Amino acid sequence: MQIRLNVNGVPYETDDVWEGESLLYVLRERLGLWGSKNACEQGECGSCSVLLDGELVCSCLVAAGQAHGRQVVTVEGLGDDGRMSAVQEAFVAAGAVQCGFCTPGLVVATEDLLRHNPAPSDLEIREALAGNLCRCTGYEKVLDAVRAAAGMGR
Amino acid sequence: MDFHYPRSWADALALKAEHPEAVPIAGGTDVMVELNFNRRRPAALLDISAVPELAQWDRADGHLRVGAGVSYTRLVRELGPQLPGLAMAARTVGSPQIRNRGTVGGNLGSASPAGDAHPPLLAGRASVELASVRGTRLVPLDEFFTGPKRSVLAADELISAFVVRPAPGPEQFCKVGTRNAMVIAVASFAVSLDPERGRVGTGIGSAAPTPRRAGGAEEFLEAELAAAGMWQRPRPLPGPVLDRFAELVTASASPIDDVRGTAAYRRHALAVMARRALSWAWADLMRN
Repeated sequence: MQIRLNVNGVPYETDDVWEGESLLYVLRERLGLWGSKNACEQGECGSCSVLLDGELVCSCLVAAGQAHGRQVVTVEGLGDDGRMSAVQEAFVAAGAVQCGFCTPGLVVATEDLLRHNPAPSDLEIREALAGNLCRCTGYEKVLDAVRAAAGMGR
Repeated sequence: MDFHYPRSWADALALKAEHPEAVPIAGGTDVMVELNFNRRRPAALLDISAVPELAQWDRADGHLRVGAGVSYTRLVRELGPQLPGLAMAARTVGSPQIRNRGTVGGNLGSASPAGDAHPPLLAGRASVELASVRGTRLVPLDEFFTGPKRSVLAADELISAFVVRPAPGPEQFCKVGTRNAMVIAVASFAVSLDPERGRVGTGIGSAAPTPRRAGGAEEFLEAELAAAGMWQRPRPLPGPVLDRFAELVTASASPIDDVRGTAAYRRHALAVMARRALSWAWADLMRN
């Protein structure tokens, strides 16, 4: 099937999409947007998190056809003119990145959190990021980064 | 594989009648996992996520009718005060990403014994609205499930909504798992109290081939509370009443050993949760 969607403000059209493939597959394998990571393919790890019409979702659980005509924001779409967003800067500054595989998902989930709740409590941060697994950092530096990004007014 | 994407409820029903083999997909939190892991290759997908009628809820004749496509996130935000037990369960579903996409309709359609929405809906005596081009029928939830991942849903039917009374009193939900987020219940339990009618509702999850009510426990507690005049003058529940209630809840379960837990552990956990959930709900009642 043919899919038309807007990713990070850019309209895309892609043909021969298999009806059962995921939005994540479309992003990575058809559009060459490798920021969203493919790990668990069952919504457990959050590393494929994107915003679909402004809503935080696991792109591995969205059927390609369900993204037809929709707006998608991936980690590549954060920040302006090649400059990192405040959340991305905070992750770098706090040392919240080790192997980096979970980082795009955590950054997108943090952007989503701070859009809805600019001054989250620690409990709210933990709940908001509960669907993003990191096996390196132990999360402490991630929490530091989110607090710092919130403090900067994002 | 075919991909059907109706934009209205009438079209969705017509497509389901024409293609009964088509698998309905809304949030995709179950269906996409099966596709991603090659566990299932349906001939067609029926994407009902853009059917506006399914995303609506309303209140009429003292009942809430909640469209099958309302997400857990919206349920918590928009219906939390009216359906507190279901909202508690909804908060334990997956993660924000999953709650944004997942729907109660999908939970019912998957008919997993571990579905988080099922115990509070059973406790609230909810019904499921099933629709096809042949018409619409309302099935009490305790007659909906027929086995693990099986229900009375016919091949040409879609789940349109669930219908339930707004909570008539305190409700509680408990769930045991390995962590708070992203967990399939090892066992779960819900209780709903209706002081006006003197009724008690219960729901057991992950401890039988289907979600089910604990009818013996409901009848026992209703009789005890009525005999002691406790609905009119709530006093702390005597220990032996709590113990017997927990025992009867456990007796209604028929759990198995599996990767998530043993049958013995599930029985033990159910007894603890039944006692706790009832104590909390009763404390809420005494406060008001």
